[in-house]
Amino acid sequence: MHTNRAVVDEPAHGNPALQHQFATKGQQKNAASLGMWLFLAQEVMFFGGLFCAYLVYRYKYFGDFGSASQQLDIELGTINTVVLICSSLTVVLGIRAVQLGKRMALVFWLLATIVLGLAFLGIKADEYAEKFEKHHVPGASFSYHELLPGQEKLPAAERQYANPHHAEMFFSLYFAMTGMHALHMVIGVGLFGFLAYMAWRGKYTPDYYTPVENAGLYWHFVDIVWIYLFGLLYLIDRHR
Amino acid sequence: MATAIVSDSGERENYLNAGHGLKSWLLTVDHKRIALLYLISITFFFFIGGFFALPLRLELLTPAGDLVQSDTYNKLFTMHGQVMVFFFVIPGVPAVLGNFLIPMMIGAKDLAFPRINLLSWYLFIIGGILMIYTILNGGVDTGWTFYTPLSSEFAKTNVISAALGIFVAGFASILTGLNFIVTIHRMRAPGMTWNRLPLFVWSHYATSIIQVLGTPVVAITIVLVALERLLHLGVFNPSLGGDPLLFQHLFWFYSHPAVYIMILPSMGIVSEIVCCFSRKRVFGYKAMALAVLGIAVLGFLVWAHHMFVAGISVYAALIFSLLSYFVAVPSAIKVFNWTATMYKGSITYQTPMLYAFGFIGLFTIGGLTGLFLACLGIDVHVTDTYFVVAHFHYIMVGGMVMAYLGGMHFWWPKISGRMYPEGWGKLAALIVFIGFNLTFFPQFVLGYMGMPRRYHAYPAEFQILNVLSTAGATILAVGYLLPMVYFLWSMRYGKPAPPNPWNAAGLEWQTHSPPPTFNFDEPPVVTWEAYNYDKLGEIPETEEVPVAH
Amino acid sequence: MPEHISSLGSCLAIWLCLLAGTTLTVAAAFIDLGPFNTIVALTIATTKATLVVLFYMHVKYTHEKLTGLVIVSSIFFLFILLALSMADYGTRLWR
Repeated sequence: MHTNRAVVDEPAHGNPALQHQFATKGQQKNAASLGMWLFLAQEVMFFGGLFCAYLVYRYKYFGDFGSASQQLDIELGTINTVVLICSSLTVVLGIRAVQLGKRMALVFWLLATIVLGLAFLGIKADEYAEKFEKHHVPGASFSYHELLPGQEKLPAAERQYANPHHAEMFFSLYFAMTGMHALHMVIGVGLFGFLAYMAWRGKYTPDYYTPVENAGLYWHFVDIVWIYLFGLLYLIDRHR
Repeated sequence: MATAIVSDSGERENYLNAGHGLKSWLLTVDHKRIALLYLISITFFFFIGGFFALPLRLELLTPAGDLVQSDTYNKLFTMHGQVMVFFFVIPGVPAVLGNFLIPMMIGAKDLAFPRINLLSWYLFIIGGILMIYTILNGGVDTGWTFYTPLSSEFAKTNVISAALGIFVAGFASILTGLNFIVTIHRMRAPGMTWNRLPLFVWSHYATSIIQVLGTPVVAITIVLVALERLLHLGVFNPSLGGDPLLFQHLFWFYSHPAVYIMILPSMGIVSEIVCCFSRKRVFGYKAMALAVLGIAVLGFLVWAHHMFVAGISVYAALIFSLLSYFVAVPSAIKVFNWTATMYKGSITYQTPMLYAFGFIGLFTIGGLTGLFLACLGIDVHVTDTYFVVAHFHYIMVGGMVMAYLGGMHFWWPKISGRMYPEGWGKLAALIVFIGFNLTFFPQFVLGYMGMPRRYHAYPAEFQILNVLSTAGATILAVGYLLPMVYFLWSMRYGKPAPPNPWNAAGLEWQTHSPPPTFNFDEPPVVTWEAYNYDKLGEIPETEEVPVAH
Repeated sequence: MPEHISSLGSCLAIWLCLLAGTTLTVAAAFIDLGPFNTIVALTIATTKATLVVLFYMHVKYTHEKLTGLVIVSSIFFLFILLALSMADYGTRLWR
């Protein structure tokens, strides 16, 4: 079998093993990093399609979207935003821990991230359940009979109601966007679970923590998506 | 040339004989083996897609819709389009020739992520299985473009399984693009600077950018259509406040750049072939490299030219029409530069060069007719007619398939270690050229005269042109079958190929045919510019018996 | 090549900025700013996202210019998708 004659000083074993196509570990790390960023670029476009749909319909049905947005629980949404921001902090502290060679600290911060991620998902599930009870889940059982924002100030006879079809559009996009985000969170939690196990086994050192770094990039990206989702979905027309 | 590894039986170790058995192929991470896996799969899907065109063209022999029912006809052109577009034309060149050649052309041992490369192939196969399931379950009849609300609400056919198949195959495409970009950035051999890269590599780099940034948008669109179909949401349904045009915007945002995914790699092939068989450096290397990047970027700005009569605002139509004229400029620059490369070159007419000539002529016609379509006034008249069908077949078949065949012939000695029979190669190229033009040129006239696309019945005065087109299609089929036969024949009986039968420039020709598993005996160090044909001699007339084999 | 190690202080400082931004955006939502509500919300969201990208994702400390190019490209093409789609929707009712 043909051996890797090109590289004589880099060991083929060790942690991590130098893969045959790379000349140095630095090259291997750089390649992994660039690959991860490109993956995030395509994720931007993936969510971007949903943001485009949202932009178009919010532009067309601004009033109805405002009404539907008020049906979302802003407290739970804000708590979830804080939860994710904290989870980004735990990720960063985990990276710091492994850079400083602190194995148990790394495990701790990875587990903390998982706990916060699960908390987010739990709160989301609670929100979804509430939507289900109020018949705001799009589909056969959807029913919507709410006023447009600001209409409560008018006399009862003149109040205008939101168009239920357009409100259903908001909820379709709400579930599609937050659902896709939640799916990414689930994948992230799974990834971090795997990482926590490997970290506990001692696989990550100050010389090699590329998987932690790249998973961290993924987690921060999912956090950024939520930052935009929160602002766009929950905060449309709260002042009325 | 460094000494090769020779096994006990005296045969030099190469990627084909390094490891035997199904497992060594299905679990390979060697980019060259993965390229062959793709070659087999893509050829298979080419047959399937072509198989759907057969009753389609037969039906069109007579004006009446008498061979198949209209619903069946809808399924025929839909499946033809979906299989050909997503499982042949888009993956074709990058997955086969790109995978095989890019690491070698840059002097690397493999792609940056060999296991992701294998994953790409498996995703492609899964997507293909879903598509075959769709076919066996009755197909789809929405047109390959899946327009809503037909696809999302009213179609009674297997939209979701087809959409899922395309989603999975699209993910394979994204991963391949990602792999190529990282490889080209990070794995170039010492001395292989960006300005020394073969244009084949530049083309695939530009293609990969489109694959990574464009495909996700159609992926999420497919998800929305599936959700709408399953849950009766109203995102694209007008009776629930949705806009069918939103689907079209999101769909074409990918599907227009997708046509540049189809053509850019082919342009890379043509650059390699033209330089080799003119024995000249490419004219305007920097312009050629910038042109492929320009096509990739500008290609993202023009998508709504597929929607001129769909109901978009006329102001948006104006903007997209203008941008569509701009995107023709870099393509034209490439055609001029190939021509200038050939000027005062020492031209010979081996099979690859015949295909390259065919490409340049037919791509020019296809591209110019694209400009007709970009003009709003003309488009109103010819949109959704056979003019459009002829236009895109000139680019996809006259362009991409010609270049693909040219590339397969050019690099066949490297891939298989055998020479194909040159006489048969020239004959097949001629048959393909004649068959192609006879099939598709009449369609320009038909479209201009008003025959709509996707119709299985037509007025009697259109019959003669349709008959010509069907006759051409049968000739074209023969032209396609011939290379399949003689390539297979050559693997057993073809002349063993020397490392560089064409005396071509490029690192891939500096190693054995077929190459060893890790491509080079010693990692190359590049000290010369690309296309250094002034230093190389002529193409050897007769093949000498190769030395070490 | 030694990797940049973020100081504990900078990690916490960014965290506090993100929390402050969240508070700000929720508070601003309850004030009637007319069409500026959306702009304020998006500006705050973008500022938060920029802080995460530059500091938490270490883009500020990397020597790799290619990372920045990838980020800018993806934002650019997303912007094209949104802007040119709205070029249609925004002008449909024009005479």
